[in-house]
Amino acid sequence: MTRVAVLKGGRSLERQVSLRSGARVEDALGRLGHDVVSIDVALDLIRRLRETEPEVAFIAMHGRDGEDGTVQELLEILGVPYTGSGVLACARATDKVLAKHLMVEAGIPTPEFFAFNETAFRELGAAEALPAIEERLDFPIVVKPSSQGSALGIKFARSATDVPAALVAAFSYDSRVLLERYVDGRDLAVSILDDEPLPVVEAVPRDDEFYDFEARYEIGRTDFACPADLPDGLTEQAQDLALRTYRLLGCSGFARVDLMLGAAGELTVLEANPIPGLTETSLLPQAAEAAGMPFDELVGRILELALERAPA
Amino acid sequence: MKSSAMRDLMAVTARPEVISLAGGLPDTSTFPPDTFAAVAQRIAAESCAKALQYGPTEGLDETKDCIAAVMGAEGMQADAEDVIVTTGGQQVIDLVAKTLIDPGDVVIAEGPTYPGAVPVFSTYQADVVQVDMDADGMRIDLLEEKLERLERDGRRPKFIYTVPSFQNPAGVTMSLPRRRRLVEVAHERELLVLEDNPYGLLRYEGEPPAPLFALDGGVYVMYLGTFSKILSPGIRLGWVVAPPPVLEKINLGKQATDLCTSTLSQLMVQAYFERGRWRDYVDSLTAVYRARRDTMLDALADHFPRQAEWTRPAGGLFIWATLPDFIDTTDLLARALRDNVAFVPGEAAFLDGRGRNSMRLNFSGCDEESIREGIRRIGEVVTEQMELYGTLTGEHEAARPTTPEEPGAEVLRMPTPEQRDRRSTGR
Repeated sequence: MTRVAVLKGGRSLERQVSLRSGARVEDALGRLGHDVVSIDVALDLIRRLRETEPEVAFIAMHGRDGEDGTVQELLEILGVPYTGSGVLACARATDKVLAKHLMVEAGIPTPEFFAFNETAFRELGAAEALPAIEERLDFPIVVKPSSQGSALGIKFARSATDVPAALVAAFSYDSRVLLERYVDGRDLAVSILDDEPLPVVEAVPRDDEFYDFEARYEIGRTDFACPADLPDGLTEQAQDLALRTYRLLGCSGFARVDLMLGAAGELTVLEANPIPGLTETSLLPQAAEAAGMPFDELVGRILELALERAPA
Repeated sequence: MKSSAMRDLMAVTARPEVISLAGGLPDTSTFPPDTFAAVAQRIAAESCAKALQYGPTEGLDETKDCIAAVMGAEGMQADAEDVIVTTGGQQVIDLVAKTLIDPGDVVIAEGPTYPGAVPVFSTYQADVVQVDMDADGMRIDLLEEKLERLERDGRRPKFIYTVPSFQNPAGVTMSLPRRRRLVEVAHERELLVLEDNPYGLLRYEGEPPAPLFALDGGVYVMYLGTFSKILSPGIRLGWVVAPPPVLEKINLGKQATDLCTSTLSQLMVQAYFERGRWRDYVDSLTAVYRARRDTMLDALADHFPRQAEWTRPAGGLFIWATLPDFIDTTDLLARALRDNVAFVPGEAAFLDGRGRNSMRLNFSGCDEESIREGIRRIGEVVTEQMELYGTLTGEHEAARPTTPEEPGAEVLRMPTPEQRDRRSTGR
């Protein structure tokens, strides 16, 4: 029996999802016979960790603070081992712009993009470069905040007149946004567990034109296929790209890499999520299930990996 | 709320450091603890066993006397037999919907409508048709047009849902001529109306127009009342008055849902009303909220850019503000939360994706200082987004605050959004 602090909630915009992931993890840890300390992350985080003295922390937080390396840094200071990726990998993966630059450098295909800080528009007149960007990327253009983990703030600009409002919306979430070439195709996710890719999951939106935030977490809005039914060789290719991305960013334990399969059969990597959702409808648990690993075993394995990595 | 994205955002608004203008909360800190203690003491001494027991589904006669007093204060008379005491007003919306709606049935509502009614109508799979409003409430001419069109399609609405006084979320009040016309339309077409009137007694100026229920005499108008805003939402006590055939079904529905409304709460209301001072408390609330409304209106004039418009409610709890159409208030809320201030994004009040550049602001739940500061912060992020938009489009229209010249005129004009704005790949 291990004393495990499950960190969840926090102030991130994905608080609700995180609370659900956390609750599910707590149940699993309980069934596995561990001593669970449940922590809704707030101002008293350090005090609670010091009081409860967990042997390991299971980070079930998504988005800001939990996924961007902040909480990981605090746990390093306290000397508490934790699940998933370390500070640097979290920082790299959460910053989509940085992650995409790294991918480009490493030769991992990712949709073409341009990224700007708010100051570029406010102080450097970057708006004048928009027509050139629009020409280069073609419409529709995807506009998204650099660091928001969920689909919040992601907009589609179908023409030049849509771009300013889309940028304003994206800047609501982050001071840096990216404009990205839209890939029309199939939505794939490859989860990695302990440096091994799991079966590919395909998310098939039921009725919406775009797979939106709502569909992402609501049962019945999206159909999932796992393993995804892909043409010859593409499963391996997708898994290989995902694993390369995972290693490139320096992830450990587990992560989920999101890809697009374009109409011409080309694969591109959109982003990596260092702490993917662990709710009933989340993709990592589905992929693990398809690989013959039930949820409790998945949680147990993630915990083991954290303990193995911890200095003795 | 319809969108889970918004639900997730709203979850963050509950955090203590956030000035929330998002709730619909009355200020219960104004209720005298001594009175509460005396009421509880009296129940303990006189009706302890009864208070701890189940009660009749339709509610206690004692409570119905109090309901008669409240309705009387607004010029209404209802037969005690036509009343069912419910677990808050919200349960009335649920029970009426449950009783009357089959999947696909049409329900008419105002646009914007009460955000709390949206999930109810969605649950019972109603096809909600929303009728635009202006400063005089629901546009009955547009309602009649819609009814005509529905009739041509062979569709008959199950009922018309309206909050005629100090509407949630718009803050506007239906004028007396429109009320008369609405009741006429109901009679001509034999249509039920659900009048939701939680705020009628919270009037800060002017004379109240007669409730629909009083104009109609309870033939086609079903009436929803509540003690939440004049006493306490924590006691969860509301009521419905409806014609006998509907009432019977509501009664059956309520039995299935929760057997009866809390007997303890009902006896507390009775004991409280017997002290004879309930109007004084409403008056004290009215004074507090009037000052808060004025503070919010002043703060809006000081801090919101001149392109913004808002309603000037003569009562109730809410102001509805509309921003330039390139601002999406759900995204704006995410930005505002970074500055620890919250409001309800307008899309919560529509079932058809409209309202994306509007917001509901509550002025009853925060003190005046918080209201001023909250509006200042929201005004700042709105101004920031407008300036950024100006930079992006090359239109440098100054976003300086001034009072709108014709308040209320255009505020409720909701542009129909194009699909383009409907987000996102999720990736």
